[in-house]
Amino acid sequence: MKRRLFALAALLCLGAAKPVLVPDVSDRQVQIVYSFTGADLLLFGAILYPQGRAPDHPADIAVVLKGPTQSILVREKQKVAGMWVNADSARFRSAPSFYAIATSKPLAQLVDAHTAAIYELGLDGLQLSPASGAPPEEQRRFEQGLVDLKRRAGLYVEDPHGVELSSGVLYRAHIAVPARVPVGRYVAETFLIQDGKVVAGAVREVRIDKSGFERFVSLAAHRWPISYGLVAVALSLAIGWGAGQLFRRT
Amino acid sequence: MHIYLPIAGLSVNMLVIVLLGGGVGILSGMFGVGGGFLTTPLLIFYGIPPAVAVASSATQITGASVSGVLAQMRRNGVDFRMGGVMVAGGVIGSGLGALLFRLLQKLGQIDTVIALTYVVLLGGIGTLMARESIGTILAQRRGEKPARRQRRHNRLIAMLPFRWRFYRSGLYISPLAPFLLGTMTGVLTVILGVGGGFVMVPAMVYLLGMAAGVVVGTSLFQILFVTAATTMIHATTTKAVDIVLAILLLVGSAIGAQIGSRFAMKLKPEYLRLMLALLVLAVALRMAAGLTWRPGDLYSVEPG
Repeated sequence: MKRRLFALAALLCLGAAKPVLVPDVSDRQVQIVYSFTGADLLLFGAILYPQGRAPDHPADIAVVLKGPTQSILVREKQKVAGMWVNADSARFRSAPSFYAIATSKPLAQLVDAHTAAIYELGLDGLQLSPASGAPPEEQRRFEQGLVDLKRRAGLYVEDPHGVELSSGVLYRAHIAVPARVPVGRYVAETFLIQDGKVVAGAVREVRIDKSGFERFVSLAAHRWPISYGLVAVALSLAIGWGAGQLFRRT
Repeated sequence: MHIYLPIAGLSVNMLVIVLLGGGVGILSGMFGVGGGFLTTPLLIFYGIPPAVAVASSATQITGASVSGVLAQMRRNGVDFRMGGVMVAGGVIGSGLGALLFRLLQKLGQIDTVIALTYVVLLGGIGTLMARESIGTILAQRRGEKPARRQRRHNRLIAMLPFRWRFYRSGLYISPLAPFLLGTMTGVLTVILGVGGGFVMVPAMVYLLGMAAGVVVGTSLFQILFVTAATTMIHATTTKAVDIVLAILLLVGSAIGAQIGSRFAMKLKPEYLRLMLALLVLAVALRMAAGLTWRPGDLYSVEPG
């Protein structure tokens, strides 16, 4: 923190031409315990303009929280002989498991599609790296299907007025993390956008992990599958037998 | 009251799951079936991933059948020889089922196959049961005595080689028949997360012609071991057994089963069978609708 302040002071003295972002996150570590129903992250920070004051028309902020990327297979159902069955599929090598963006204005008013794609801003700007050599329109269809599915599951979120700017220099945004997010390393990115260009950016890391009993159970299931299975059977037998005994007495 | 399921990776309402287990438990206590054919689809409707629903439901059935097996053993209702042959078949069947499960998962057709098998099995058995129970009820109304069915060996089963004597079942038949029946049920247990009682009991009565007194006990005995084997298979292959989910279901079903068995004593058996038949048909119809209606989600995602 001290070092950061020095850096700030230095910047202010030099009167650097570019503004700087000082971001932070309310929780660097989100623990998933038995009562976890999702988390509410506050992403906030300050914009440091050269000369220490906001320009006449203040810049805008976009805040992105991204989960670990996954290689995934998207399947599409088609009607075959009166039944809806999985038919075509497409593979994407780098789909974020979670993606939430909050902006101070609707994204379309901030950047053009090209810039959005470079910085992966917005659901249309996601770089999913399709792996199949399918024609572009087919890929587009699968991409839309994927984004729509994830959006309805609350895993892809766009909030066009989610960032609150105070006096043009302080910003804050709430991002809701639903309960079914995968665990892993998340990155919180903040972008300062002025006249359709990203003029500053900063990154913070957020870890989402299972902890306590939940962590132990999922670790055990993967590391010691045989013991885990035996324990599951034993527990099931014990509860079933115990309940039987209990009711036989009464 | 929300609780996070560590393997399913999502948060569920604890009360909903316990009540679901309880509701299925009441039905299973009333009708003497395991209820897996209801638990798995209901869990899937609730949003639990199908693999987790199937695997954890198998674990729950083990617990749900143990006190039934003990009760049947006390009153000599288990043919251990027959049960042993069926368990052997069932364990092999669950191994085969695991291979099939993985193959279908790879092809992306597991959900369709689960739903289609449910429709065919439940639809068929539900129709048979409904016809049989309505027939009995009508016959009673007219004041006829229910026609006693002749216990007869099925032609195909009589053709099978080397016969064994199954004293308690009152049978002298080839062990291959119950072995194959066990194998088939084992496959169903792994793929559908059902105990298979609703297939086994009619097959034991109508195909094998077993003595009525040992049918339920022997079927429960087989279910107990095969679901335990299935839990092990899912734990080591799909890693989809959610202990927390299974325990919640079990707590509900253990209580529900006791309530259900008290209900059952107040109702006539043929009405009970008709109710069960209608319930089974309702699940089959719901599954069929799910297959033929345009689904809300045309797309699905899996790691790969």
